[in-house]
Amino acid sequence: MLQVNNLRKAYGGLVAVDDVSLTLAPGQLLGLLGPNGAGKTTTVSMIAGLLTPDRGDVMVNGERMHGDTNPLKRRIGLVPQDLALYDELCPTDNLRFFGGLYGMRGDALAVAIKNVLELVGLADRARDAVKNFSGGMKRRLNLAAGLLHDPDILMLDEPTVGVDPQSRNAIFENLEFLKSRGKALLYTTHYMEEVERMADRVVVIDHGKVIANNTLAGLLASVPPKPGEQPSLEAVFLTLTGRNLRD
Amino acid sequence: MGLIALRAMVRKDLQLFFSDRKAVIMSFAAPILIASFFGSIFGSAGSTNAGGIPIMVADQDNGVISRSIVAAIKADKTLGVTLTTPDSARESVRKGAVSVSVIIPAGFGDAAGLAFFNGQNKPELDLVYDPSRTAELGMVRGMLMGHVIEAVSKEVFTGSRGGVLADQSLKQLDASDMPADQKQRLRDVLNATRNLEQGNATNGTAVGAPGMSTPYSVKEEPGMANPLAGYNPYAHSFAGMGVQFLLFAAIDLGIGILLERQRGLWKRLRSAPLSKGALLGGKALSGMLITLMTLLVSFTFAIVVFKVRVTGSVPGFLMVAVATALMASNFGLLIAALGRTPGATRGVSILATLMMVMLGGAWIPTFFFPAWLQKATVVVPTRWAIDGIDAMTWRGVGLSGAVLPTAVLLGFAALFGGLAVWQFRWEES
Repeated sequence: MLQVNNLRKAYGGLVAVDDVSLTLAPGQLLGLLGPNGAGKTTTVSMIAGLLTPDRGDVMVNGERMHGDTNPLKRRIGLVPQDLALYDELCPTDNLRFFGGLYGMRGDALAVAIKNVLELVGLADRARDAVKNFSGGMKRRLNLAAGLLHDPDILMLDEPTVGVDPQSRNAIFENLEFLKSRGKALLYTTHYMEEVERMADRVVVIDHGKVIANNTLAGLLASVPPKPGEQPSLEAVFLTLTGRNLRD
Repeated sequence: MGLIALRAMVRKDLQLFFSDRKAVIMSFAAPILIASFFGSIFGSAGSTNAGGIPIMVADQDNGVISRSIVAAIKADKTLGVTLTTPDSARESVRKGAVSVSVIIPAGFGDAAGLAFFNGQNKPELDLVYDPSRTAELGMVRGMLMGHVIEAVSKEVFTGSRGGVLADQSLKQLDASDMPADQKQRLRDVLNATRNLEQGNATNGTAVGAPGMSTPYSVKEEPGMANPLAGYNPYAHSFAGMGVQFLLFAAIDLGIGILLERQRGLWKRLRSAPLSKGALLGGKALSGMLITLMTLLVSFTFAIVVFKVRVTGSVPGFLMVAVATALMASNFGLLIAALGRTPGATRGVSILATLMMVMLGGAWIPTFFFPAWLQKATVVVPTRWAIDGIDAMTWRGVGLSGAVLPTAVLLGFAALFGGLAVWQFRWEES
């Protein structure tokens, strides 16, 4: 469904992403991991069309995606790390606006809004101002905004930052449901346990390059644990990327 | 899909604008309050109040001629005369109670009568003035000149002091080194003046005879395309403040885009299958509607409360208003394109806007500017906006008068829009 070939992006002399390739199939969740500044967000931004790659292709269902108005962008939904919502508006008005950007209107838009609000558990708060919502509710609405136009591919950039366990669990359940419906999910996070719980495949990026691309079991097998340690994704991650601070 | 997205963007921006009720009220109330204040000031300055220009007069001469001068200026309705002492007259100006005081020194009348013929040893009339109000000094000086000439000439030719002054002038003439032929001609004039005075005294015909006065009267006609309209100072003040606050609304538009970028919302917008033109076009359109609304609400208030009238062309007024709003909206886009952080950008934008409205004549009409500045400010878009609105309101110019301001404003809109598209940071990481 999504094929990323040899993406590269440089800012002057700094190469942020270098020759990144990955594939994502329907019903699959791909965990994209990496330390701060590794190139995760730049990669996601290029796939979503926010950044123009210096080199490489993004293919959706076998077609190359390029240009601002390419209809293939409809097949992708973005859930940015920021709470990209208008606090002064209610969820319905937020979603009506985001739906309008994708050409949605009328009854189809109203039904879509109703469905996504029910999915994320905010149907009963549809008319309340977002500024009165908790962090978890905003995160769920942020997810709903990315899902509204029913994309085949959903890209989630650290979608659970700063939420309580209940909201995080609700988001996980939403994502499991979406997987079951055949959606392809690209998930970036710093929380290893989230990837361990949901990911079918894990890609680790560091210094702009893919340094691992495997199933969770394959990754765990590829890096044996130290004596006395249980095998874990975090241990694998630290082995691959080192223990030096990156901030 | 583009139209649906455009409509969604405009609706969302209008919803955001109206969601903050305090900000909405301020957007409409502030220009109305300030324009009302400026209008009342310009209205007072442009009209003559019932008492005229207040002045103090101290008559130290207290002679026939000086009393005649005082009587004449007291009768002048454009002046509000209060008689006082010289010290009080000077003190009143120093304290700002009056702009001008007139002190007639002792011996002024006779000295003026003598100087009337020979032009020598002219007595000084002391004008004490407030240096911050020199315009009123000029007006008082002009009016005094007429009254003094009339009073002196009346007394010289027909008054009781005329003969005495003629005799003194003859003695001065005889002692002068003037050429003989000129001396003889002037002597004839003075003798004729003395004979006239003696004849008047004998026949009693000098009573009420006029002195010399300006040999013309003035027919005043307002220089407006529609003279029946009349000047309304509120029309200009609402044009100026309307344009100023319209630009403030544009700043909010630009800052709003920067905040959207800061909050990650611009990523969502850019991830949708929309062209750059549609994204900025939607912003420009909603910005134009909001700014136009602030301008029209202000003018509606001015029309209802201050009886401002669009005496020129209503379509012309709307043309200028829409072009001004589009210019302002694209100015907002330019702010968003050039700005980095909302806080820093707001300060610079407000400074730029205040400069534009000041040079455009929003605070003080441009005819108060020096000639070079009047010419230089044609490069400022607000000048065209305010002049265009003035032309359609109190100047009463027809539709043709709106064409050039509209075209220039659309040119500025295109320039700002082009620069915004060129400089806008499209890429989001």
